[in-house]
Amino acid sequence: MAAFDRRLLQRAREARTALAADAVLGTVAALLVLAQAVLLAHVAASSFDGASLHAVLLPLALLCGVVCARAAAAWGFEVVGRRAAGRILSRLRLDLVERRLRGEPASRDGAESSELAALAVTGVDALETTFARYLPQVVLAVIVPIAVLALVASIDLVSAGIMLLTLPLVPVFMWLIGRYTENRARERWEALTILAHHFADVVRGLPTLRAFNRAHAQADQIDLVSDQYRTATMGTLRVAFLSGTVLELAATIAVALVAVTVGVRLTEGGLGFEAGLTVLVLAPELYLPLRNLAAQFHASADGAAVAGRLLDLTAAPPEPAIRTPGHRAPDLRTATIRLEQVTFRYPGRPSPALEDIELELEAGESVALVGPSGAGKSTVASLLLRLAEPTEGRLLVGGIDFSAFEAETWRRQLAWLPQRPTMLRGTVAENILLADPEATFERVQAAAALADADGFVEALPEGYETVVGDGGRPLSAGQIRRLALARTFLRDAPLVILDEPTAHLDPQSAAHVAAAIEGYRGRCTMLLISHSSELAARCDRVVRIEDGKTVRALMEAVA
Amino acid sequence: MTTALRRLLGLSGIRVSRVAVSVALGALTVLFGVGLMATAGYLISRAAERPAVLSLTTAIVAVRFFGLARPLARYVERLWSHDLAFRALGNVRARFYARIEPLAPAGLAAFRSGDLTTRMIGDVDALQGLYLRGLGPPLVALAAGAVCVGTAAAFLPAAGLVLAAGLVLGGVVVPLVAGRLGGVAGRRQATARGELTSEIVELLRAAPELAVYGAEEPTLERIRSADRELSRLARRDALAGGLGDALSILVAGLTVAGVLAVSVAAHAAGSLDRVLVAMLALLALASFEAVAALPAAARELSGTLGSGRRVLELVDREPTVGDPTAPLDPPTGSSVALENVTAGYASAAAPVLSDFDLNLEPGRRVALVGPSGVGKTTVANLLLRFLDPTGGRVALDNHDLREYRQEDVRATFALAGQEAHVFDSTIRANLLLARPDATEADLQLALRRAHLEAWVESLPEGLDTLVGEDGSKLSGGQRQRLTLARALLSDAPVLVLDEPTAHLDPETAAAVIDEAFAAAGDRTVLLITHREEGLDLVDEVVAVDAA
Repeated sequence: MAAFDRRLLQRAREARTALAADAVLGTVAALLVLAQAVLLAHVAASSFDGASLHAVLLPLALLCGVVCARAAAAWGFEVVGRRAAGRILSRLRLDLVERRLRGEPASRDGAESSELAALAVTGVDALETTFARYLPQVVLAVIVPIAVLALVASIDLVSAGIMLLTLPLVPVFMWLIGRYTENRARERWEALTILAHHFADVVRGLPTLRAFNRAHAQADQIDLVSDQYRTATMGTLRVAFLSGTVLELAATIAVALVAVTVGVRLTEGGLGFEAGLTVLVLAPELYLPLRNLAAQFHASADGAAVAGRLLDLTAAPPEPAIRTPGHRAPDLRTATIRLEQVTFRYPGRPSPALEDIELELEAGESVALVGPSGAGKSTVASLLLRLAEPTEGRLLVGGIDFSAFEAETWRRQLAWLPQRPTMLRGTVAENILLADPEATFERVQAAAALADADGFVEALPEGYETVVGDGGRPLSAGQIRRLALARTFLRDAPLVILDEPTAHLDPQSAAHVAAAIEGYRGRCTMLLISHSSELAARCDRVVRIEDGKTVRALMEAVA
Repeated sequence: MTTALRRLLGLSGIRVSRVAVSVALGALTVLFGVGLMATAGYLISRAAERPAVLSLTTAIVAVRFFGLARPLARYVERLWSHDLAFRALGNVRARFYARIEPLAPAGLAAFRSGDLTTRMIGDVDALQGLYLRGLGPPLVALAAGAVCVGTAAAFLPAAGLVLAAGLVLGGVVVPLVAGRLGGVAGRRQATARGELTSEIVELLRAAPELAVYGAEEPTLERIRSADRELSRLARRDALAGGLGDALSILVAGLTVAGVLAVSVAAHAAGSLDRVLVAMLALLALASFEAVAALPAAARELSGTLGSGRRVLELVDREPTVGDPTAPLDPPTGSSVALENVTAGYASAAAPVLSDFDLNLEPGRRVALVGPSGVGKTTVANLLLRFLDPTGGRVALDNHDLREYRQEDVRATFALAGQEAHVFDSTIRANLLLARPDATEADLQLALRRAHLEAWVESLPEGLDTLVGEDGSKLSGGQRQRLTLARALLSDAPVLVLDEPTAHLDPETAAAVIDEAFAAAGDRTVLLITHREEGLDLVDEVVAVDAA
């Protein structure tokens, strides 16, 4: 029935044994329900014919046994289904995150980190119903009606005929309305995302709203948006519930039809009481798996809407060219790096961020890259870091094209101070150690001292053991910068890329950092991106970029 | 648990009459289903005695009525109860916002941003299940169950008794057991989910750095372990959930067998007509629909209460600043002074400012400089009264800020710079924030004074151009100028420029500062900066030292 994403089925293969076991358990449970119906009708009919309680003790005891077995099978069905789903979901979640991390982190495809996190956690969980309930239920919806019909036909062909007549209507209605629901559910998921984004934006901007005395007015706005969401969702539900109602109507009408025809035939003596009662008790079971499937379908429609987005993101180009295996990058202590006619476009933007850039970094020299904001300086850094691939042109290292060797063997040789460095949740020491997990504590301290971070770190009550990052001790932008700089220095790499190392620092700190960088010069190849002319002047060469184009070197070697 | 539930229901502000309608519809749905099976059972039993077909007419009509009425009742009930749930969610969101609004920014610093997002979005959303799957089903079960038991007892008291015992077991004991088992896992799941979200947000934010340092593995390992924890809890929840299902089936099946047994015995003893045996058994079988949703409801309730508690934790934080009972009239002058002020945050032991003095006479231009740290921002927080000093006082027009209404204090200041948030909306919406009734001409004037007019005119969508998340589609200079234009649009006599040159190159920074001072006219200006630009344009430079 459902427009079910094939890619989801592929995911399900990872737990196919568990899912198959689950379907078997479900079928056993359903067959036991049929046994229960037969026994119940038998006891009632025996009593109708005058049997005493003693005479029906055996079927009653059997009935109790069947009930116990049903309970056990149902428990197994739920547990096995959820475990299978859990395995698939966890896989999906990690795939999403890993794909994101190992892809091209600098080229965005419109998914922001908060949306991704929401997808990876809440979105993935919405798929639990799909795997744990919906998929096994599909099997039941096929097997159980056949079993019920076969059993009823063996008792009374006419009733089986009546049931058969109403049955084909059901999947038709479900298919028609289910498809419609799915599209609406997708819209609703998008509305939900917008709503969440709006709410988060408002909450983040609360200080500003309060400063302008507009925080109260936003409360009405939230009310309004919530109300729109309710109206939109109710529109979806009016249709979604309709299909369930149509199904239930078919089911209750069929029960009523069977009851009335059986009743009339009983008065005519064409049918025995036990047979008639058995058929009546069985009648609702014909539709039950289908109705359950419909219920799961609507529940999993939300999941399916999320799944589309999720699978798009995990199915993005598997491994970018960036990871060409085999070759090791040349040793940067001796190799020259050249950017030849390099052009770079961000996807979806008309004008290139860089155009025909020429740049040469000789081993051991320090080059300052200057230019106004937005000129493309940081993009040059992204290319060198292999966080993005040039759209046109070549990057050569020691004369070898950049794409010919593994990104890791290249990255191992460089250190980078990004424009907006991130502190991970963890201690100060752990954050510095990120650049070289093997380093000794003495080296961490030395790196911190070099970045002028030792003073404020040691003044913290717990020193290098202070927990920073999200939820940890808040740090100022300048403090974060200095810790990131310590991280960079600890790396001891042959190529160091520094993106605005002195931005946000007070003059005293900036002077310390500049001195540290000066001390570093000559120990490695250095690309320094900076607004500070003082800092740039200390480099061997200054290259200016404007509007994504290189303006030839302004100043020749100072050294 | 009950206090939390009551408070959450209060927060949702649902009307009792709406709940009553929803419960009545739910009970009718169940009863129509029970009616269908019971009358059908009676019809067949009576027919087996081979009476004239005409004598079955009433039973046939009843069977048809129940067959038609049940799906309709269900449809209306589902719509009604979902509408109710969404109304409740809207109310919760608005009331939640109203409660945390006075907390920002000083009162929320203790939460991780990812966790805060989960609390504000996910947990608040989860509360919609509170009525729909938590509160409604027990009330429906009570109403429908009572009618079923009453009907059975009217025909055979013993059958009524057995059914009552079965429904209480299936409707109270089983859900309590399932709820207790699932509750702990449910609460932990909410926590584990928040933890996982935080880890993922952090990892994605740091993705480029991690890639360069080849440090993806340890961080991924943290995500994997958070994921394992969440999966473990989900498995435990499955065991509990499955147990609830199994016990429900067990209780229902054994009760039907019990009703059947007492009916058979009563018929054998001659105290029950034989046409009623099958009817009672089918009535009992169908009546368990009344309690079928309860184990899930109990689980939902305890899970939702976990979310609810996390929401209440935020809601319960008391704002540190408030309005006085007898506020002064709005200030007429705009002289501002910090006198001997000591201030700090609850989370940190040492004060950030101590014995600090600052004088802002009308029309004066003062720069606040100092090393990176929180001291300068604290001054801004004190002026806007997001924070009250622990010693000394902040005076406006010679009265303590605490004697005015907060709105009157804030109307004195207009905030621009890096610390001013740019909303993910249009340029127009961001500007109108400062003065919602501003005319098109006012907007143009503000843009002109902030040197943005030409740029906005060059945009195809003009003022209706979207600026992106925190102005991500603007350049650094455009973002700063936009916040300046917004501040200029307000009538506030004091302009606070909080880091207006952050992330700008020296040329742009100098231009932005020059233009800001020119545009400020005769307003008082407080420039908060760590850079050199603009220091030559002020009357006084005040240094904030580490406390």
